[in-house]
Amino acid sequence: MRKIISMAVAIAAGLGLAGAAATGALAAEKLKVAWVYIGPVGDFGWTYQHDQGRKAVEKEFGDKVETTYVENVPEGPDAERVIEQLARAGNKLIFTTSFGYMEPTLKVAKRNPKVFFEHATGYKRDKNVSTYNSKFHEGRYILGQIAAKTSKTGTIGYIASFPIPEVISGINALMLGAQSVNPDIKVKIVWANSWFDPAKEADAAKALIDQGADVISQHTDSPAAMQAAEQRGVKAFGQASDMINFGPHAQLTSIVDNWAPYYIERVKEVMDGTWKSTDTWSGMKDGEVVMAPYTNMPDDVKAFAQATEAKIKSGELNPFKGPIYDQSGKLVVKEGDVLPDKDILSMNWYVKGIDDKVPGK
Amino acid sequence: MLDAAILGAVLASIVAAATTLLLASLGELVAERAGTLNLGVEGMMIVGAAVGYATAYGTGSLLLGTLAAILAGMALSLVFAGLAIWLATNQVASGLATTILGLGVAGLIGAPFVGTRLDGAPALKVPGLTDLPVIGQMLFGQDAFVYASLVLLAAVTYGLARTRVGLVLRAVGESHAAAHALGHPVRRIRTLAVMFGGACAGLAGAHLSLAYTPFWASDMTAGRGWIALALVVFSAWKPLWLLAGAYLFGAVSILQLHVQGFGLGIPSQLLSALPYLATIVALVAISALKRGQGAPASLGVPFVPDR
Repeated sequence: MRKIISMAVAIAAGLGLAGAAATGALAAEKLKVAWVYIGPVGDFGWTYQHDQGRKAVEKEFGDKVETTYVENVPEGPDAERVIEQLARAGNKLIFTTSFGYMEPTLKVAKRNPKVFFEHATGYKRDKNVSTYNSKFHEGRYILGQIAAKTSKTGTIGYIASFPIPEVISGINALMLGAQSVNPDIKVKIVWANSWFDPAKEADAAKALIDQGADVISQHTDSPAAMQAAEQRGVKAFGQASDMINFGPHAQLTSIVDNWAPYYIERVKEVMDGTWKSTDTWSGMKDGEVVMAPYTNMPDDVKAFAQATEAKIKSGELNPFKGPIYDQSGKLVVKEGDVLPDKDILSMNWYVKGIDDKVPGK
Repeated sequence: MLDAAILGAVLASIVAAATTLLLASLGELVAERAGTLNLGVEGMMIVGAAVGYATAYGTGSLLLGTLAAILAGMALSLVFAGLAIWLATNQVASGLATTILGLGVAGLIGAPFVGTRLDGAPALKVPGLTDLPVIGQMLFGQDAFVYASLVLLAAVTYGLARTRVGLVLRAVGESHAAAHALGHPVRRIRTLAVMFGGACAGLAGAHLSLAYTPFWASDMTAGRGWIALALVVFSAWKPLWLLAGAYLFGAVSILQLHVQGFGLGIPSQLLSALPYLATIVALVAISALKRGQGAPASLGVPFVPDR
């Protein structure tokens, strides 16, 4: 009996080796690319959009690439383990798509110098680590203008996730856009302290509506807030994906993340051997931040929003162009100046007119 | 700042938020009173949410969706029961495996439905009553799940305390050897209790995907199954305390959002932690009052008849 078992094991091992060799040969022709996701691909938000980008890469390159992804990877030690495994599995290009993957990505990159890494929303780079992000605040400026023109109560509701620079600069951009239309506009901010918790996001939206907000903006990932706005008969902006299906009467527009152009470009560079460590921060003009159709608003508001969009694309308008004052009334950006990118990426203060404090400050 | 309209809306939101937890924890309480610790609540809930949504979307019937969710929760609870009760495996490990399995299966079932939506369960409208100030919406403006959870609570409270079935179930949970000696089918009773837990968790999942946020998204339970588990301990295994616990948790989680909206400048991280802090404080207070001794004596101990 034991003999039979050991024979079986030997055969299985042999088959396994042969199998590995066979896939190895195939892999030599295919470029293996991997993605690490913070949430589930079915979140219909942040991760869903990254996965759309991955699918676009598959469609573009067909048999020449082999893509994999790992979803629901917590930020921390688990992330390092997952990224390391992907590197060892022969992936030549790995996209890590959440801020908290920054250190794990760098650590794994040091140990795997022949693998290229791309970290989304971070600021630390290395020879084989690039960073990339989108200028979502450009879209949020337009949301602010639409909100100020739409709101009857003069109060915008904002569901925020975590008090990190990306979220805070989004709140500021929305407020600056809104103030450009109505200097007395108010914004109420509720922190969900979560990127993805549909029931809590819906609760937050309802709380804001109960307190008089009639336009809801969100920086969390699920369509729950949009749906709550639809139920209560107020307006809202979608996040990451076009959420019109969840708010046919509520959605004014959505900021849609379109990662496909960047992903296709970077994969191509690895194939051509031209990949370099870069810092990419694309926006509306690159097609990476896309506005969903302007709906549920009068034609003049729509035309106004489209005009702003065109100005941002042409570079004529920058959301963080001075004069900008902070909450204490101090002039931070002088008339005619523009807030440098690095200051936007490390923003931890509110602009004047926001009647709240940055949490933890 | 706090007028009657806001107060009424806040109270209504609290009841709605507490209902998911109440449903899931009621089922778990029954399973635990029979002596089985099922850590698979989160998994059974999410499978209920996914199957419920898929069925309701396919058939257009929220009722069928809800029934399917209940059956799905039960089906997954049977996987757990098979391992933990009939094969006498470690209950903690089996429960965790059930949750992980449930999250995966639910993601798979729900995948085709990402990005779709349903019209959720309608709220009750009683002319005159629903429009009462402050309490109208809370008492007479909820969806069917809320009223079902309260009926279920009454049934479980009465059933455990006053009926023969409840007595036998508790006996199995306190001393399975004694119950076995009296001729009660310990493992069958525990299986039924676990199935009841699965049904309740499935119903809680349906509340999320068919009423609260009527769409499907992976991981949409976001840890509520674990809170339901904690609430059972919080309640000292007594159904009425469960009601108090679920509503307290619901109240703190809704109120913290409103406090933020008023812009009082209290750190939101602290506010977000409040529901958990409140639960811990209440737990400590309860055990200080010697009410924490309510754990069934055989909880978590596998029963093997010939031992």
